[in-house]
Amino acid sequence: MTMERRNFLKLLGAGAGAATLGLAGCATQAKYTGARKVVVIGGGYGGTIAAKYIRMMDPSVEVTLIERNDHFVSCPFSNLYIGGLMQDLSTLTIKYDKLAANYGIKVVQAEVSGIDAAGHSVTTSKGDFKYDRLVVSPGIEFRTDEIKGYDPEIMPHAWKAGPQTVLLRKQLEAMKPGGTVILSIPLAPFRCPPGPYERTSMIAMYLKQHKPGSKIIVLDANPDIVSKKGLFLKGWKKHYEGIVDYRPAKKVTEVDTRKMTVMIEGIEEVKGDVINVIPPQKAGQIAHAAGLVGDDKRWCPVNPTTFESTKHKDIHVIGDSSIAGAMPKSGYSANSEAKVCAANIVAMMNGREVTDMSAVNTCYSFLSAKEAVSVTGVYQVNKEKNVIEAAPGSVGVSPDLSELEAVYAESWIRNILIEMST
Amino acid sequence: MRKKWSELALAVSALAFSAAAYAVPPSAAMLSNACGGCHGTNGISAGPSMPSLAGQSKVFFVDAMKKFKSGERNGTVMSRLAKGYSDEQIVAMADFFAKQKPQPQSTPVDPVLVAKGKAIYDNACKRCHLENGKEFEDDTPVVAGQWLKYLQIQTDDFNTGKRKMSEKKLERVKSLSGADWEAVAHFYASQK
Repeated sequence: MTMERRNFLKLLGAGAGAATLGLAGCATQAKYTGARKVVVIGGGYGGTIAAKYIRMMDPSVEVTLIERNDHFVSCPFSNLYIGGLMQDLSTLTIKYDKLAANYGIKVVQAEVSGIDAAGHSVTTSKGDFKYDRLVVSPGIEFRTDEIKGYDPEIMPHAWKAGPQTVLLRKQLEAMKPGGTVILSIPLAPFRCPPGPYERTSMIAMYLKQHKPGSKIIVLDANPDIVSKKGLFLKGWKKHYEGIVDYRPAKKVTEVDTRKMTVMIEGIEEVKGDVINVIPPQKAGQIAHAAGLVGDDKRWCPVNPTTFESTKHKDIHVIGDSSIAGAMPKSGYSANSEAKVCAANIVAMMNGREVTDMSAVNTCYSFLSAKEAVSVTGVYQVNKEKNVIEAAPGSVGVSPDLSELEAVYAESWIRNILIEMST
Repeated sequence: MRKKWSELALAVSALAFSAAAYAVPPSAAMLSNACGGCHGTNGISAGPSMPSLAGQSKVFFVDAMKKFKSGERNGTVMSRLAKGYSDEQIVAMADFFAKQKPQPQSTPVDPVLVAKGKAIYDNACKRCHLENGKEFEDDTPVVAGQWLKYLQIQTDDFNTGKRKMSEKKLERVKSLSGADWEAVAHFYASQK
C-alpha cells in the first residue's frame, strides 16, 4: 500500500508537495485507501495525546506508539517531590495499558535507532515499522559537551523525571544542615521556562524546614529570570529571605565532580554540597539522527499549522523538540500541539483541507506548599509571518501568589495525566 | 433557545476565511480540544476543582466566557484565556461542549448536608436550576454531578460576594449562610 502511494506521489511530481498542504484538488486525488498507518515516537505529554486523538478522530487509521520505557514520569509537579511535598513519584507516573485498550493503540516498548524518511520506516530494537505519517515527540536531549566534566550521577539534572529526580532528593536529604545547594540554569530556550525557578522555591522550602542554616545559590546563565519574574521574586522575599541567593548572567561551563565545584566561564569557581546542573538543551536524539533539526543544529523547524517537518515530508515534530514560535516548551504546549497535529494529520489523510491551528498553554508553578502562580496563552498562526503567535490579551501571569491557584494546579496535573493515560 | 443568528454568522465567517487562505478557520473541535488538558477529554473533568464542560448549557457557556473576558466574573487563568477567543469562537466551543455526553462525578458527600441542601434547593433554587440541577434553562448551568470541590469554590464565591449574582438570584439567596451554601454544594454534587 505504502509503495503504491509513494509511486503515485512520485508521478504527481510537484503536485505531491501541494497535496501535503491539503489543497482540495490534489489532496482528493492522493486520498489513501486501505490500512493507513501512523507511527508515534515518544510516550510523553505530546506522543500519547497525538496517538489518542488520531484514533478518536479517525478509528480507521492504525496507530503505533513507540516508547523506550513501560511508563512515563511527569516533569511537571516533580519539583514538589524534590521539595518533600510528595512521598514518591507514583502519582506522577503513567502507564500505557488503558490508553492502548481504550483507543486501540498498539504500544511497543522499544528503542528507536533510526528513521528512513524516504522509505517511510522506523527502525527499532523490535524491528522496523512502516508508516504513512510519523509523529516525533522525543522531548529534549542535553548539550552536555558544553559543560566540561559533567556527570549526572554526581551532579543530577533531574530535568527528565525519574531516577534523576529521586537522586536529587536523596542528595538533599543527606546534606548536612548549613550546607550549600547550587542550581545551575542554562540559556533559554529550555524545557519549562518557569521550572528552574519553581525548583529554586521548592528546594528553598525544603531547606527552610529541614536543613537550618542552608542556602541555595542559583547560577542563571540568562541575564534575568526567564518566566514569572515578579512573582518568583515576591515569593522568595516572602518565604525564603536569606535562603535563595539568585545570581543572573552566571553561565556554568565546567564542573569538578571531585572537588564539588562549578566554574563560571573560566573565571569564577563556586563550591556546593549538592549541585543540580541543568545543562543546555536540544531536540531529542532521534530528531538529530533523522535530520529533522534546523540550521541552529538544535531544534526542529515545522509547518506551524500541521507541525509537519520542513526537513522531511510526512514526518511531524511536536513538543519540546519543535520550534513552535511563541509557544513555550511546556507539557501543556505539547498536549495542545499534539491535538493540532492529530486533527490535521487526519484531515490530510482523508483528503480534507487542514484547519487553522488553535492551541493553549496553561502552566502552574508552586512557590510554597500552598501557593502557586500560573502563566497562560492562546496561540494561533500569524499568516503573514507564518509563525505561531499569542492571541492578544491571552498571555499573562497571576496577579499574585494564590492558594486557589494551587488547588487548581492539583486538578491540572490530575486531568492532564488522566487525559494522557486513559 | 437555539441562537440561529450566531450559527449563521459562524458559517459566513468560515466562507470568508477559506477564500483567503489555504486552511479553514479552526473548527469547533480544534478550539475545544485545547481546553482538555485542564477540563478533560471532551470536557469530562477528572480534577476535583475543575468543572466538567460536557453537556453544559450553550447559553451559559457563552455568558461565562464573555464575563471572564470582560472581567465581570473573577477568574484565575480563565480571565486571561477567554481574551484569546473571538465571540464567534466562543459560540463554536459552547456548541461543541453542549453536544458532549456528560459523565457525573462520584465525589464522596455528607448525607446530612445533602438533606439540608435539598431543603434549601426546594425553597430557593429549584425554579431556575431545574430537576435538581440536572437540566439547564437559558443562562442557568447544569450543576448536578459536578465535582464537590468545584461547587464549594463557586458557592463560597457567591457567599462572599466574589462572584456576582443576578438580581433574581440575589433576592432568593440573600438569607443563606456560609453553612447553607456548603450544604447546597453537597446536594448538587450528590446528584447523578
